[in-house]
Amino acid sequence: MGSARDDTDDSLAIRLRDVGKSFGQLTAVDGLDLDVPRGIVLGLLGPNGAGKSTTMRMLTGQALADSGSIEVLGLTIPSQSKQARTRMGVVPQLDNLDTELTVRQNLTMFAVLYRIPRRERQAAVDRALSNASLSDRADSKVNDLSGGMRRRLLIARGLVHDPELVLLDEPTVGLDPQVRQDLWSLIDGLRAQGKTVLMSTHYIEEAERLADDVAVMSKGRVVAQGPPSELLSTHVGEQTIEYYGPPHRVAQIEQLAQDAGLATRRTGPAVSVLGAERAEPDLLRELGDGVARAANLEDVFVLLTGEVLE
Amino acid sequence: MTATSATRTVRRYERDAFEGVWNREWTLFRRFWASTTFSSVVQPTIYLLAFGLGVGTLVTAVDGIPYVQYVGTGTVATAVLFASAFPGMFNTYVKRVFQRSYDAMLAAPVTVDELVTAEGSWIAAKAGAFGTVPLVVTFFFGLTPAWGMLAVPFIGFLTGLGFAFFGMWTSAVVKTIDSFTYVTSAVLTPLFLVAGTFFPITNLPQWAQVLAQLNPLYHCVQLVRDACFGWRWPEDLGHLLFLVAFAGLMWVLAVRGLRGKLVG
Repeated sequence: MGSARDDTDDSLAIRLRDVGKSFGQLTAVDGLDLDVPRGIVLGLLGPNGAGKSTTMRMLTGQALADSGSIEVLGLTIPSQSKQARTRMGVVPQLDNLDTELTVRQNLTMFAVLYRIPRRERQAAVDRALSNASLSDRADSKVNDLSGGMRRRLLIARGLVHDPELVLLDEPTVGLDPQVRQDLWSLIDGLRAQGKTVLMSTHYIEEAERLADDVAVMSKGRVVAQGPPSELLSTHVGEQTIEYYGPPHRVAQIEQLAQDAGLATRRTGPAVSVLGAERAEPDLLRELGDGVARAANLEDVFVLLTGEVLE
Repeated sequence: MTATSATRTVRRYERDAFEGVWNREWTLFRRFWASTTFSSVVQPTIYLLAFGLGVGTLVTAVDGIPYVQYVGTGTVATAVLFASAFPGMFNTYVKRVFQRSYDAMLAAPVTVDELVTAEGSWIAAKAGAFGTVPLVVTFFFGLTPAWGMLAVPFIGFLTGLGFAFFGMWTSAVVKTIDSFTYVTSAVLTPLFLVAGTFFPITNLPQWAQVLAQLNPLYHCVQLVRDACFGWRWPEDLGHLLFLVAFAGLMWVLAVRGLRGKLVG
């Protein structure tokens, strides 16, 4: 019995160990470790270029890792990627719907490719249409759909075979707020059905709203992972105070806070002092008037990576 | 459904991938059959009429075959070429680069091998069917029906398979879609002209005759003529084996080329 088998954990839907992937001189993924437990929504949070999409493609075997090991649903990738893909649904970031077919024809084609038995295909397609609220547009050409509808169809296509694992790559990028809310409800529904969802995003709000666990990704690796509340309490505390002022005053506040052992981050014309609930009253008086707010994942992200989202 | 798929074993080649690709193409063919058929059969038919009736006034017969029938049976290969190489090149490039359809399909349990084989076999099936049109036209110029002609769609399919895979391979090699101009001008046009379609290759210089032997279209033309006017053994077995080898080689190149572009 090999060590890889011994290390297999049935409670994990996805398991990556020390995975690396380069494209020429560009290192997209660098020593990535990631565990996704079954039955949760895990948000892979990182800016564009952090390696999220490459990671997604490696999970389906569409990109091949240069090093490390990947397991999906207990299957080794890429050698068993075809079998793994029968049990996962993929919603890509870029629209790759078949624009020459209708909505129903798109879903039917993938119902065939996902090996849904012929007698069950019609029901599966109808269910996918209904879940995506596209039943009344079933016979419309894809080109006649709005951006939001096309995105819903992409999700429906990835779910037509009722997969155990769903990979959502930036599911709401470029959509207006109302459409984004609709899609969030759809993704919430997946959690309610007990599916495992790995969702990459660079929207803080999306990760906070949908993810049970968040993995913060930067420069091709995960720098922190856990439930949002745990990430907040571990890294940035409960309260953040933003101080505005002329540059020399902002720099002074930053120095005072850092001297007192508090983390700070610049946010445009202001400086944010993290974990402000731990600050001594004397220090707070010295810092002056600021705008207090609850700490958020963006604070965590910026603190850990030094990068800015969006 | 999930429980079933969790326990089933997938094979390297499965019917579902072919059914999915063929269903899609059949759906589109039913919608666009008129334009697809028109573009694939009219040009070879014009060649047939232009050469057969035009040059036919100067040349009455070649190798004992009336010239219009000589050209008519030869342009079967031309129709097959047009119906296979061009879709293999352009359709594959568009689906991969602009529509990203292949990316979507490879996220499902479909492999590059299956994708290439399914797409190529669909194109070849159409090429086999379209290839018979010049033959039907030649009936009106006195071609006598023969049992061997029933093999013509299959010869067209086999040749079309090779050229479909050739087109798919080039679609993975060219940098832009405009680069197909070079393939058409520098590769397909010479192949089409030096295939024994309009004149016997024995009229060519020795070196050109040797090169013509490496031209798959030449072997297609010979097989079609022999299917119409009488089989010749073992020459026809040689032609058949050449076409099988051509299709096999092009399949390997197409799979490798597209795998390099689609899975990286």
